[in-house]
Amino acid sequence: MSTTAPVAAGSVADPTITGRLGDSPTRPDGVAKVQGSFAFSGDLSADGFLWGATLRSPHPYARIVSIDLSAAWKINGVEAIITAADVPGKATYGLISQDQPVFAAEYVRFVGEPVAAVAGNHPDTCRRALEAIVVTYEVLEPLTDPERSVDGSFPPIHPDGNVFRHQRIVRGDTSVTGDVVVEGDYEIGMQDQAFLGLEAALAIPDPGGAGVELYVATQWLHEDRHQIAACLGLEDEQVRLTLGGVGGAFGAREDISLQVHTCLLALRTGRPVRIAYSREESFLGHVHRHPARIWMRHHATADGKIVKIEARFVMDGGAYASTSSAVLINAVTHTQGPYKCDNAVVDGWAVRTNNLPCGAMRGFGVVQACFAHEGQMDRLAAACGLDPVGIRLRNAMETGDRLITGQVIENVAPVARCILETAALPLPDEPVGGRDGDPMRLPGGAGLTADRSHIRRGIGWGVAIKNLMYSEGFDDYSTARCILRDGVASLKFATSEVGQGFVTIAGQIARSVLGVDDVVLEPIDTTIGSAGSTSASRQTWMSGGAVDGACRLVREQLFAHVGALHGIDPLRLAIDGRDVIDTMGELRVPVAEATAGVTFEETFEHHHRPTEDLDEDGQGNCHTAFAFVAHRAVVDVDPELGLVKVVQIATAQDIGRALNPLSVLGQIEGGIAQGVGLAVMEEIIQTDGRVRNANFTDYLLPTMLDMPDVVASLIEEPDPMAPLGAKGVGEPPCISSTPAVVAAIRDAIGKDLTRTPVRPSDIVF
Amino acid sequence: MSDATTDAPPVGTNQIYTLHVNGEDRDVSDAWVGESLLYVLRERLGLMGSKGACEQGECGSCSVLVDDELVCGCLVLAASATGQRIVTIEGIAPVGAPSDVQQAFVDAGAVQCGFCTPGLIMATHALLDRSPEPSEYEIREELSGNVCRCTGYGRIIDAVQRVSVARRASGSGSSEVAS
Repeated sequence: MSTTAPVAAGSVADPTITGRLGDSPTRPDGVAKVQGSFAFSGDLSADGFLWGATLRSPHPYARIVSIDLSAAWKINGVEAIITAADVPGKATYGLISQDQPVFAAEYVRFVGEPVAAVAGNHPDTCRRALEAIVVTYEVLEPLTDPERSVDGSFPPIHPDGNVFRHQRIVRGDTSVTGDVVVEGDYEIGMQDQAFLGLEAALAIPDPGGAGVELYVATQWLHEDRHQIAACLGLEDEQVRLTLGGVGGAFGAREDISLQVHTCLLALRTGRPVRIAYSREESFLGHVHRHPARIWMRHHATADGKIVKIEARFVMDGGAYASTSSAVLINAVTHTQGPYKCDNAVVDGWAVRTNNLPCGAMRGFGVVQACFAHEGQMDRLAAACGLDPVGIRLRNAMETGDRLITGQVIENVAPVARCILETAALPLPDEPVGGRDGDPMRLPGGAGLTADRSHIRRGIGWGVAIKNLMYSEGFDDYSTARCILRDGVASLKFATSEVGQGFVTIAGQIARSVLGVDDVVLEPIDTTIGSAGSTSASRQTWMSGGAVDGACRLVREQLFAHVGALHGIDPLRLAIDGRDVIDTMGELRVPVAEATAGVTFEETFEHHHRPTEDLDEDGQGNCHTAFAFVAHRAVVDVDPELGLVKVVQIATAQDIGRALNPLSVLGQIEGGIAQGVGLAVMEEIIQTDGRVRNANFTDYLLPTMLDMPDVVASLIEEPDPMAPLGAKGVGEPPCISSTPAVVAAIRDAIGKDLTRTPVRPSDIVF
Repeated sequence: MSDATTDAPPVGTNQIYTLHVNGEDRDVSDAWVGESLLYVLRERLGLMGSKGACEQGECGSCSVLVDDELVCGCLVLAASATGQRIVTIEGIAPVGAPSDVQQAFVDAGAVQCGFCTPGLIMATHALLDRSPEPSEYEIREELSGNVCRCTGYGRIIDAVQRVSVARRASGSGSSEVAS
């Protein structure tokens, strides 16, 4: 029997749900989401609110000569117009270096850069006001080729220069050569996170402008607050953030987009302000996955053992820094992939251009590295007379091996097991076109374009290593509070729930530790310490560790209380089901009874072990932990029209422990969908710095028809370093699925495809 | 482009029209005639369950029924939908008493961020009303106009199949929705 839980105002907890670690309870916000009553950030409103909108640069690079607002002010319903001159605090923001203007002042550096913002009584009022603002530009030649940033042949387009970071890695004996040498140039296109819930926020000013409250969909409330407060010229405490419902994130909400603009307009007008981006604006207004060009040369023994890797990375960070320097480090430190390698020389650059700014997207630099190293593994296999599985098993990394940074892999590292378990999964049992011969199952589908006899099937492999949590000395802790009374646990944390299901996991942890059924989740906001970002596959580990730690401290209080009451050493007490029991005696007290009228409260910060910076040779223990995964793709290709149907993805993933198997499967399938997208359809196309497909008609996302069957095997070897034994599971699925699909296309048509996404023209010509 | 300062303001035109939504007549006043059905449902009638994610009929997040036909609310002018029966996600089932499709989405793990979910619920009800026992391929084809970025669709297909099986077992044909 479960007790009736009091539901706190603003709570998303559903008291009827039970489920402990290892179960798959349903989401506490699930019913609200299926009924349309869950409030996303774009659904929030307030009495007397105004709409806000942003004027953006039409040029990739230009000097602002003048801005004339006079015509815009004449439009009925316009309440505020602001530009760079109206930013009261710091003029720039950024996650690592603050190089991005709130509004462009002197120069615009990418198409879409904010120049001004307006507040008005209707979205169309705002649209017309933006059209009436006259900005005179002196158009400049844009820097769009990242190689010109590397070689220094283009004058600086920003006071901080055109190189965000250069990092070299030198390890072992660089003079070593192999019996077999293979090399290749690889190119990765710019992918968009394309979350469905567009950027949206509601800002409510304090009376007298003493502060502001912001409801926003974000990945990291506290970091947002810090950057916003600096730009507003306020103290952090004067800016209060509450998580508005988040419609997906995937990295695109780690940077500031509309946060400062919304707050500024609210403070300027003294009224609540809503900003809601359009899809086109979303493409321009958030950072993307870095396009990259990667050269790699692998040296191996005749029987396929890697002896040295040489590589060069150029990652186009676009106009502003965002997290480019960290993305670069992730890329170069994952050069070898999940394979043993003692000797390496790697050079990597993340550079500034007048292209769209790039930053975090699921996989964070490792996606790019993996596409190259997996292409190399297939070349090596061919050169050594091995098959794709054989070459990967021959070099598979194990616990105790070193990265080319010198860092020892201390985590569980079941690379060979990932490969073998993937290989053991059944291949599709249907022939090309399906058993029923339905032409709709051929590449091209409803277009009925392919002749079955011309379709070629291919199989390809991808295997990946991914670092978990943040790197290079950053202490990305998380904070949680647990209050236990009357048999009900209340949890408070600032962890952004973006869809991944931390709210579900948090309840499971509390139920498991405390023996309660009822868990109430308090609002997610900045009235508690930071949770760090919902990124880097880190929240189950970090915020899970924080919730676990807070609950364990509360349990100690509970045991001390029960022990004192019954004259028993608290160390003898344990939770069994819903009861506190004496492990050496007869006592059994229900938790609900033991906590009746008593309140236990604890707050806990979980910190992971410290990491180090890299030295100038790229040596150092810069990462926290690692996870591994293997993917096998099966594709059908129409070589005449260049159409691809991805038939099946098989995967075995190193997850440590499945805290919620259904959630794990959801992360695996969802990540694979994004990996398939990058393999065959998703790319933001820019010409001379201008985006050509900032909409869902021209930027293609996998639909239900494009998504292959997924067969998955969860490898559970609990990691002793992880607070709950569980590794992050969000990123690995989208990392090696892309090279697996591209390898399968190569296998089908026998062409040396080195670019992703693979376009029809790459297949046909 | 006309001089913006001389255009009539987009609000305060005092036109009133009536939409028939979820079984009720709802007056829409002070609206600009250019507003989409999605905008009017959300911003003038307070029905925030329909979502906008692409504004061009590609993603299906704004799916609603108009005279029993599944349409994208972003592509329909609200003022053109007078006299038609409009059903939104709010009209599918009372709050706290989810429909079989809604409950199946929760149970099957078909919901992550949930932004695409109301549109998919609408599309799934429409599919199962039309075709109670769809093949997997038919599900994929019929729901391919609804983009989901989180789930990779596997659990959504499972949810739809669960409803189909359960309805067949219980002998109930279709869902009852307000109109």
